[in-house]
Amino acid sequence: MELGPFVSSLYREDAGKLLARLIRVFGGDFELAEEALHEAFEAALAAWARDGVPSSPGGWVLRTAQHKGIDRLRRARRLDALTRGVLAEDESLVPAPDESGLDPEVGYDDRLRLLFTCCNPALALEAQVALTLRTLSGLTTEAIARAFLVPVPTMAQRLVRAKQKIRLAKIPYRVPPKAELPERLDSVLAVVYLVFNEGYAATQGESLIRPELAEEAIRLGRLLCELMPERPEPLALLALMALHDARRAARLDAAGELVLLEDQDRALWDRAAIAEGTAALDRALALRGTGPYVVQAAIAALHAQAKTAAETDWRQITALYATWLQLSPSPIVALNHAVAVSMLLGPEAGLGLLARIAEEPAIRDYHLLHAARADLCRRAGRLAEAEGAYEAALSLAENDVERRYLTRRLGEIRGRG
Amino acid sequence: MQYLLLIYENEAIMADRSPEARKKLFADYNAFSKSIVESGHFKAGDALQPTSTATTVRVRDGKQLVTDGPFAETREQLGGYYLVEAKDLDEARAIAARIPSAVTGSIEVRPIIAM
Repeated sequence: MELGPFVSSLYREDAGKLLARLIRVFGGDFELAEEALHEAFEAALAAWARDGVPSSPGGWVLRTAQHKGIDRLRRARRLDALTRGVLAEDESLVPAPDESGLDPEVGYDDRLRLLFTCCNPALALEAQVALTLRTLSGLTTEAIARAFLVPVPTMAQRLVRAKQKIRLAKIPYRVPPKAELPERLDSVLAVVYLVFNEGYAATQGESLIRPELAEEAIRLGRLLCELMPERPEPLALLALMALHDARRAARLDAAGELVLLEDQDRALWDRAAIAEGTAALDRALALRGTGPYVVQAAIAALHAQAKTAAETDWRQITALYATWLQLSPSPIVALNHAVAVSMLLGPEAGLGLLARIAEEPAIRDYHLLHAARADLCRRAGRLAEAEGAYEAALSLAENDVERRYLTRRLGEIRGRG
Repeated sequence: MQYLLLIYENEAIMADRSPEARKKLFADYNAFSKSIVESGHFKAGDALQPTSTATTVRVRDGKQLVTDGPFAETREQLGGYYLVEAKDLDEARAIAARIPSAVTGSIEVRPIIAM
């Protein structure tokens, strides 16, 4: 067996779990836990090359990291005592190695604790996202910086600041009590969904899809479902993500260009992902889930069920968008509702709704509003208006793939006019 | 762990309040203070005179520079504070959210450095 790849994959799979446990052992000290874990993985490479891989590699790393961390604490205390001229060292402040649960498989509570701590609303949303990906998903700072298109030092500083705030302001390392859980769970789900959305439809940059982020979000979604099996919201979010991600292979053509839902080759849709998403949605509904994630997952499931675009159940989808609009009124949801209405009743009906939505200042500069209007005008045969709307959308879109799609459409319109 | 809860409010709006509204706010603050004294979170707390009474002092090259007014002009002004004992930021945040001015102004929660 190649030791390097084995340790890398162990890190990838277990770092989140192990880190979660270590942060608890070290009383919520993220930095100490991270350093200790890093040292333990380094030690593993050397020790396992010499003695062979132990029967429980995760347990070995956890035990080693605990000892490394305690060594670091002792060293720091001794230095502290030295500089203060105090000789006595208070050993009671150093945690004893936690021998109770060295099996990393029972680390579920710790990971849930870690997730809720990373997603504490006292941290900025971008810091919540970065910290979740760094600690729970074990992504490197470089990878996270790349995914969110910020320079590595910026991302590194964002992480350092977040960990400092956790320590200095004493953000608790715990799952919130029942009374606060619904509100706090919302912010955890929002972080996971944000990671997914950035992976599903990148807002900027060269490629529209960043599969590594979408996959990571789905992994986090599965974890949440495992940890809180009695709550419908995580199941609905997982369903939503799996059903959307199922279309990944069909969303771009061989040249990397955008393919709209109605034009996608449905044979390319991932049946296993659809099955996972549908099963999760069924369970969410059985748990009497309502709320925006359930509604969105239900819409995605209806699309997934349609064998051809023509067979899409637009009546139900329109009704679901109307429900969603009632649950969380927003111009973006209203925009999607208008598009669904246009599929059910024709482009003119959709355009009537869009005209009203466009009065909202918050959405006036949203490229997809103009792209939707352009598309409906094109279908209604109002080509001059379509051209103007495509131009407006193009001037606002920042993703290269979306820009090329809009340019292509604009060229077609001009060719026809 | 101790936290300083800094209460920021728009003074102009405060000054425009009707006598009844003022009385009500005063009563709400009294009730809130009493509740956190009883729960053991209260360490200290005061209301401040408006920023029109503020004086800002700086010493540069050994010379005292005095200006009339607050350190910075802001949309909301520091109007009072509480010093509370809380087990963590979540608890401090929950206390801050119960301060009567939280619904109109803003409360900044700052951890105190333990010495």
